[in-house]
Amino acid sequence: MELTIPLTLYNQLRQHGEATYPHECCGVLIGAFAEAGGKIVKAIVQCGNTRTDSPENRYHISPTELVRIQREAILAGYDIVGFYHSHPDHPARWSVTDLAEAHWTGCSYVITSVENGHAILTNSFLLVDQEEAKRFEDEVLEVIGK
Amino acid sequence: MSIKILIPTPLRPYAGKQSIIEVTAHTVGEALADLVAQHPDLRKHLFSEDGKLRSFVNVYLNDEDIRYLSKDATPVKETDIVSIVPSVAGGIQTVAQAQKGFQ
Repeated sequence: MELTIPLTLYNQLRQHGEATYPHECCGVLIGAFAEAGGKIVKAIVQCGNTRTDSPENRYHISPTELVRIQREAILAGYDIVGFYHSHPDHPARWSVTDLAEAHWTGCSYVITSVENGHAILTNSFLLVDQEEAKRFEDEVLEVIGK
Repeated sequence: MSIKILIPTPLRPYAGKQSIIEVTAHTVGEALADLVAQHPDLRKHLFSEDGKLRSFVNVYLNDEDIRYLSKDATPVKETDIVSIVPSVAGGIQTVAQAQKGFQ
């Protein structure tokens, strides 16, 4: 199973990480789940990071923002298929904190490493299993329109 | 009265794969109770064993968090929408932070 994202949106989420550097950026991936598994991203929504106390190594999306994004997506016939955030001067791999704070099973968590203000790697991870046994699995990130 | 509850992606497998479920209720508490009555598998994903909402589960009435309204007793009307939204957060953990148990 894979996460498919158009090049324009892929570039946008990476550029978001560059724009907020040295702080973490965050946002929502809107799209659809494919019948055979996998997801396709149709839009991304840049969000604010409420962790103004520690934005260089923490992110949090306001539930008030999420509620509006979810409602608009559902009423438009789309789904929240995942989230993205950046790791300033840190690898594009999920951390213990990322896993502890992840609760959207079945969704993709996309992470971009940003070094000295430049987006380097972008990886996607699928959150699987129920809360008590949740884990991230590496997920193929297919960028289309290159 | 009949109102809608929006179901987030991770809970849809336990809600008949539906994103919108209609319930009959006069309060948010009654709405959630009707929801789990219709879909019992949702209960353990929404509530802890003491019957309270799990800490990472946010419930909104339209654009307001019920924690800041009247919680379960928050009244609802026909045009209201209840949304269930698990929290989204994370971040880097350095080796030093891991060693110190940094939150």
